[in-house]
Amino acid sequence: MNKQPLLEVIHLQKSYSASAGLFSGAALMARAVDDVSFLLEEGITLGLVGESGCGKTTVARLILNLEEPDSGTVTFRGRNIYELRGVARKNFRKQVQIIFQDPYSSLNPRKKIGTIIGEPLRIHNIVPRKDIEDRVIELMELVGLQREHFNRYPHEFSSGQRQRVGIARALSLGPQVIIADEPVSALDVSIQAQIINLLQDLQKQMDLTYLFISHDLRIVRYISHRIIVMYLGKIVESALSEELFNHPLHPYTEALLSAAPTTDPVYHKKRIILSGDLPSPLNPPRGCIFSSRCPIMKPAICLLNNPPFEEKSAEHWAACYLR
Amino acid sequence: MIHSSSDFWYRFKKDTLALSGCTIVICLFIISLLAPFISPYDPTEIDAGNVLAPPSSAHFFGTDDLGRDVFSRVLMGTGISLKVGFFAVGISAVIGILLGALAGYYGKWVDAIIMRFVDTMLCFPSFFLIITLIALFEPSIWIIMIVIGATNWMGVARLIRAEFLSLKQRDFVLAARASGARDLRIIFAHILPNALAPVLVYATLGIASAILIESSLSFLGIGVQPPTPSWGNILTGGKDNIEIAWWLSLFPGMAILITVLGYNLLGEGIRDSLDPRLR
Repeated sequence: MNKQPLLEVIHLQKSYSASAGLFSGAALMARAVDDVSFLLEEGITLGLVGESGCGKTTVARLILNLEEPDSGTVTFRGRNIYELRGVARKNFRKQVQIIFQDPYSSLNPRKKIGTIIGEPLRIHNIVPRKDIEDRVIELMELVGLQREHFNRYPHEFSSGQRQRVGIARALSLGPQVIIADEPVSALDVSIQAQIINLLQDLQKQMDLTYLFISHDLRIVRYISHRIIVMYLGKIVESALSEELFNHPLHPYTEALLSAAPTTDPVYHKKRIILSGDLPSPLNPPRGCIFSSRCPIMKPAICLLNNPPFEEKSAEHWAACYLR
Repeated sequence: MIHSSSDFWYRFKKDTLALSGCTIVICLFIISLLAPFISPYDPTEIDAGNVLAPPSSAHFFGTDDLGRDVFSRVLMGTGISLKVGFFAVGISAVIGILLGALAGYYGKWVDAIIMRFVDTMLCFPSFFLIITLIALFEPSIWIIMIVIGATNWMGVARLIRAEFLSLKQRDFVLAARASGARDLRIIFAHILPNALAPVLVYATLGIASAILIESSLSFLGIGVQPPTPSWGNILTGGKDNIEIAWWLSLFPGMAILITVLGYNLLGEGIRDSLDPRLR
């Protein structure tokens, strides 16, 4: 697993103002992503886990340069993606693609499937016009759609098939990195497995690197080599997949793991139930960001500063004073 | 949001009022096309010996104070009204769509400037604005269309802006940006086709109001100029003779009523069939 980093996220920070009215004074700033750094190594799947609203999707959009961060950078093959212009920027778009969560909102309802999948090819002009249709059909067959689907509209498809269309579109430019933003959370469980297997097959075939964003730990565990856990815009723990599941360090990770259902009927682990909701990012708790819900919180230590994100054991990082 | 056009037609076909509106509008089109062939007299032909004749088998709608056949004049007026309605709404739709799309897509200061301009335009009582503008030019049918169009685009701009604000957040727009599509492509190829449904409704209702405005202007003598017939200027003749020649007011008035009713029914029918939740 010692491959060179393809994509490097360095101290990424992004805030949104909560009140930007014409006559309002100082706007409240919500920190959606707060000092997030990680490496994405070539050929692996990196899982990004957290509750809704913890900033996962914002991280995805920042990496795709759909939004600009307030500070921090993302480098792709050593180059800052926010400084790319012209051809270099177009090339970056070819290399990094996204699969969305909601297969209903991610396909233009007024365009045919063939047009949707072929659009990136037309924008980048990488395939001669007359060959676009053949290439699109090739992609459709690759993701398990039939060539008869070419001239149909998105509303004629089930959510699983729509997600396949989204995958084909993401693959059309021959990317190296695919950011999958909760690609299966909107699907039925039976379809989830099909899509996950498809993603894994494609990874092997095309040597893809995935950033797999999800709140479902079972899926993340199944697909990821390394897992990052986010809470309230910050990374709280990062470890190799099995290590994280066997020896979670951060109390938040423990709580998440205890909430995931197991398939073993005999094994009953202690369920850790977190009290309260995710705090508002407008008004984060003082000290450790997890202190307001932490079952093992010690006021004398935890309420003073936010703990540093440090390597607790080999390749296993966490942000907690007590572990 | 339409999920499929077959849903739309299914609901539209079951809506009797909408269908009758549609029938009225289609009939009006046919009449306006056939008017030159089916009108029994030349609408501008003066017959001094047969002034203010009541409706009869020779003159279905009677004659006016110059002896012209009112039936022929009402028939010829149909084409003028429809033309004014369509072109005026076309102009306002183009202006409204462009400004609304820019405001909604780019947001921030572009939005602020355009929407303050919209607010400013909405502050003027539009009918007086139209009269003022027309006073500056020689009144002609083209000036009327342009002026009506240029003073009625604000509603379209607001609708399109609102649609853009919500559609630009949708994942398919992000997907287009992620695959490197430029702003123009995203605005016109991705967002606009999804934003047009409410404009269609607004435009259909707008045709009715443009026809009303044209009739009012012609009635006041600053619209379509005699001897060219328009429902509005036929009514002007009717006003002067209302006590002795009711047919001069009734028939063009009915024509306006039926036309406006037809477009309103059609517009509301389209709206309900596009989105039954609005009903």
